[in-house]
Amino acid sequence: MNTVLNAPVFADVPVPEFKPGPTGTHITIRGLTKYFAGWPLYENFDLDIPKHKIVSVFGPNGCGKSTLINMIAGLVPIDSGEILFDGKSLKDTKIGYVFQNYREAMFPWMRTIDNIAYPLKLEGKSKAEVDRRMAELVASFDVKFDLHRYPYELSGGQQQTASIMRALAPNPEVLFLDEPFSALDFEMTLFIREKLQEVFMQTGTTMMLVSHDLEEAVYLADQVLLLTKRPTKVAEILPYGDPRPRTTATLSEPSFIDAKKLSLEIFQREVRR
Amino acid sequence: MEATKPWSPPASAGAPTPSKKTDWGKALPFVGPVVLFIIWDLVVRLGFIKPILLPPPIDALGALIGGLAGGPLMMDFLVTVWRTVQAFLIAAIVGMPLGVLLGSNEKAYRSVEFLIDFFRSTPSSALIPLFLMIFGVSDINKVAIAAFGALLIVVFNSAYGVINARKQRVMAAKVMGATRWQVFKDVLIWESLQPSFVGLRSAVSMALVIVIVAEMFIGADSGLGNRIINSQQVMNVKDMYASILAAGALGYALNVLFLLIERKIVHWSGR
Repeated sequence: MNTVLNAPVFADVPVPEFKPGPTGTHITIRGLTKYFAGWPLYENFDLDIPKHKIVSVFGPNGCGKSTLINMIAGLVPIDSGEILFDGKSLKDTKIGYVFQNYREAMFPWMRTIDNIAYPLKLEGKSKAEVDRRMAELVASFDVKFDLHRYPYELSGGQQQTASIMRALAPNPEVLFLDEPFSALDFEMTLFIREKLQEVFMQTGTTMMLVSHDLEEAVYLADQVLLLTKRPTKVAEILPYGDPRPRTTATLSEPSFIDAKKLSLEIFQREVRR
Repeated sequence: MEATKPWSPPASAGAPTPSKKTDWGKALPFVGPVVLFIIWDLVVRLGFIKPILLPPPIDALGALIGGLAGGPLMMDFLVTVWRTVQAFLIAAIVGMPLGVLLGSNEKAYRSVEFLIDFFRSTPSSALIPLFLMIFGVSDINKVAIAAFGALLIVVFNSAYGVINARKQRVMAAKVMGATRWQVFKDVLIWESLQPSFVGLRSAVSMALVIVIVAEMFIGADSGLGNRIINSQQVMNVKDMYASILAAGALGYALNVLFLLIERKIVHWSGR
């Protein structure tokens, strides 16, 4: 199953020496290589993701934004390379993942509350521990809907809120979000965006957010990771440092507008290249 | 967690109750059968078909009700029900776990896929002589062949249910750290439930068909199939039509029963 067809042949090339990222690095990616249908998507890709920061991933269509976070989260196998979390491998790291399609991410045979508690049960937590954590989550998300209903009885926004709660339930070190807003209406998008920012300010969980909406990508980000067309490289890493909590007023700050404009310029340069 | 009050549809409290007009929409399902019976009655009354071939519907219905209410028809009805239930239970109890197991190991499924598809496509009635050789002219024979035909349907549907499980749900469980076994018992089995129920529903219909055919042609002395063929041979058409209607009612009732069970268990289906 795991044999790679058309595996790249460069066995003689010496493996480059592992260079750790700057201090504060959480995820180090070294020599990441991924082929799709014989064509390189990523080739010798290096990246450092900082700890306790939100990184938004943005880039041209088909450059593999989602594939990148899926490879880091272990959902898509890599051909070669190394991905470490604070020097640990994925299997020693607690991660959370929020899918774009909440409908197919929740388990409709469980009540919403059991869906959220599921990762805790996988960890073998006791009933009391699970209940305590659930109460915490309900309080911090200020949940207004009935968690004892089945996911399909909730609105889209409520389902996505629940799946973010599920991802955060085991207190993950890293939270991956794959276009979490793109199946939601505008009102829900705003609501969940604020919730995410709140959670981030409370917990400082490292987050990687894939977005196709530049405004949203910049708004939440400490760093905007801009990617090139395939074979994908890092086009630019733009820091964006406006203080949190950011609000609608932030959207009209010159610093926000500048960051967004610069991102757009780089993006357009990469698309045209 | 503290129990919250049970959910009720938000609009149900203050919504105006529909006015007490006669609801003709509810009567629509009865239009077809009533029209059929009227045509049947007219055809007999006007002499288009000899009464010796087709009794008036009232007579057939009378024989059906009289026979089912403690008459000999009831005994045959119950025998057929019992054989069908036995065959179905064997198929379900063996077939669902087997299908789920095969489906979760795609290599295993691919290696027996042809066999399953081949025998699934073979009319089970064509295998009756073969089963006669193995089991002889016995009650077991009828149940065995019906169970065989139903089994393949269950295996096929359950296996495909697992194979076609939503990949994203499996990924969601994996990313939360579920082991292969946990993915299997918490996701795959549940994902396979709905297609499995489709399989069970077709399987029970198939079991009934084969049981009736077997009762007709494999030296039975009881059962609806036996009754239909016997009354045909002595030209007791009233009883024959009553038995046919009873078989139809049985098939229909089984189908409805399974739909209701499915809706109860696979409550998320289609949402």
